[in-house]
Amino acid sequence: MNNLLVMPMAIPVLAGILLIFLRPYVKAQRWISFFVMIANIGISIYLLNWIQTDGVQRLDFGGWQPPFGILFVADSFSVILVLTTSIVTAICLLYAFSSVEKSYENMFFYSFVNFLVAGVNGSFLTGDLFNLYVCFEVMLLASYVLIALGGRKVQLRESMKYLVINILSSWFFLIAIAYLYGTLGTLNMAHLSERIAESGQTPLLTVISIVFLTVFALKSGLLLYFWLPGSYSVPATAVSALFGALLTKVGIYVMIRTFTLLFYHEQQITHLLIGILAGLTLIGGSIGAIAYKDIRQIVAYNVIIAVGFILVGLAVATPEALEGSIYYLMHDMIVKALLFLLAGTMIIVTGETRIDYMSGLIRNYPLFGWIFFIVMLSLAGVPPLSGFIGKVLVGQGAVNSGSYILLALAFISSIFVLYSLLRVFLNCFWGETIISEEDEIPMKKGWLIPCVLLTAGTVILGLAAEPLAIYVQDAANTLMNPQIYIDAVLND
Amino acid sequence: METLITILTGVLVSVATYLILSRSLIRVVLGTAVLSHAAHLLIMTMGGLKTGGVPILGGEDGEAYVDALPQALILTSIVISFAVTAMSLVLAYRTYQATGTDKLNEMRGIKHE
Amino acid sequence: MKINNVILRTVAKIVVFIILTLATYLFLAGHNSPGGGFIGGLVLASALVLLFIVYDIETVQKAIPVDFKKVAAFGAFLSVGTGFGALIFDVPFLSQSFAYFNLPFFGETELTTVTIFEAGVALVVVGVVVTIILSISEDV
Repeated sequence: MNNLLVMPMAIPVLAGILLIFLRPYVKAQRWISFFVMIANIGISIYLLNWIQTDGVQRLDFGGWQPPFGILFVADSFSVILVLTTSIVTAICLLYAFSSVEKSYENMFFYSFVNFLVAGVNGSFLTGDLFNLYVCFEVMLLASYVLIALGGRKVQLRESMKYLVINILSSWFFLIAIAYLYGTLGTLNMAHLSERIAESGQTPLLTVISIVFLTVFALKSGLLLYFWLPGSYSVPATAVSALFGALLTKVGIYVMIRTFTLLFYHEQQITHLLIGILAGLTLIGGSIGAIAYKDIRQIVAYNVIIAVGFILVGLAVATPEALEGSIYYLMHDMIVKALLFLLAGTMIIVTGETRIDYMSGLIRNYPLFGWIFFIVMLSLAGVPPLSGFIGKVLVGQGAVNSGSYILLALAFISSIFVLYSLLRVFLNCFWGETIISEEDEIPMKKGWLIPCVLLTAGTVILGLAAEPLAIYVQDAANTLMNPQIYIDAVLND
Repeated sequence: METLITILTGVLVSVATYLILSRSLIRVVLGTAVLSHAAHLLIMTMGGLKTGGVPILGGEDGEAYVDALPQALILTSIVISFAVTAMSLVLAYRTYQATGTDKLNEMRGIKHE
Repeated sequence: MKINNVILRTVAKIVVFIILTLATYLFLAGHNSPGGGFIGGLVLASALVLLFIVYDIETVQKAIPVDFKKVAAFGAFLSVGTGFGALIFDVPFLSQSFAYFNLPFFGETELTTVTIFEAGVALVVVGVVVTIILSISEDV
């Protein structure tokens, strides 16, 4: 029995429910949520090593054999992402302990963080398209609540937009599922892959794949990112860090999964389209990142650039490029969480959101300033930090397949990332300090420790690229050979 | 039969589009509800209509059943859309309370505090 | 806000019990025929909503002093709990089992663990529906 597979989703759900009963006991809520994430880290490390020895694992719910029942499938790719999710969430929770207002904590904040993580992990692990939709909705419902928590006017307005756009994309998802079921008569992903391979990817199936692409592009912010900067800049800092780190990544994960497992036969159509969208996203994100002076907008546009970059790897679809995408996904989850935390902390200590009103922060908070510097280098891809290896591998893949335009766009966008963050660094950290000794808000340990931990994360991920390579190579190998996945699910 | 239901789905989608594009918050919420029902009908139709008996245990032997999976799917997605609609109603109401208007165009320009 | 509508009150007193009976029937029928926890829960919630409309909220809450958020949470706990129950018997998550028992009055009866799961679902639905109605109507 592989019941361990469901734990990354089931434990947070159970914890989230229990926390509703513990409403008055905020301390207990905090530590229970934190230990749930620690437990998830342990479980996913164990699963990851298990997969290396015994291959891709699956769990049939209620004992229903595939393709009839719902199932969870764990391969290296999904478990790597579950692991990173758990680490990032644990650290964001640490930040939330000292920054989130008491009134939020009493309004089931930790319950909804747990439900969010359950939805994210469920989306990573599921092996059934409809179950994926359900996990998406669990995640989205939790995110609707988290984004509106606090109830400021601007929050309510942005959450209303976020809600409507997500209902629309869920609708497209349902429509695509309906068409796919009408065409192939199954929704189990391995079974779908087998049937598509048998019948060949007919034009009808390619059209359905484009509908799926639209859905996931909306969720991940691939070109259709117009909703993202607004809604990611309104919630509490810890929440927006979680959103920036996790939500778009789920969309990217699903896109990589469907276009390597199901719709990989007509690459000259689908992957070309993904390539074009990724290129446009890189351009749009770069313009946005240097156009705004509100630090939250700058950070949100950096998320969009990363989405474009990771999907360049999918568009190229060589083994190296996919490995690069996986590395970059892990890197980006850690670094984007850190970037959102830093931006939020800067806003708290200065009380300003525009970068031209902040100055000289490094005099007041030296360690904090240097952390920002490291993040900047990591995002720009300077070795030995974690952004480097992903960029090199994606670049190598693009060179091998001759996609020079995408290659150029990807690396020019890195320069824009560097420029946009350097601008923040020079404006906010250099120069005359605007905070006098008396007014200085002391940097709480609870703010600094999560930032230090995440910085350590990016350094370690960069240095440990070699030992991690076996897992990432296995993940890319499974993505490149759908037969491994199909065998694990259908043929025992 | 399938054609008829597909046309009905189309009508529902156009109604929903009209409602979502209007300026009133409550109409947008109603539009999203109608939209999800259109999707449910479509899933139902995709499974094939009236191809057999009711898929319930204890029917006559040898009777052909309709595909039960689309029904299970839409039951699940009805539950989800119920939750989402409830959520959006509450959110729309709170937005109306906080901003004092349910016109989307009047909400423009609320500054980040 | 108090509505003084004699006809509605008189009818509601009887109708509420009919609705509750229907809810119980639907809930129990759900195992093999149309019905089940979700629908049973919705019907049950509609009975409560009728009470809220006919009498005012304070009166009903005095008569039924439960926190409906906790009802929903307890239901969810019950449903997820049956999933976890499968772990004890070392079978896949969410596995269900059933058996036939000879009960007094009922004769041979099929008892299943699905019923516990469905009861959880019903409680979630009741809790969520009533919570939403209350949170919208609180300050009208």
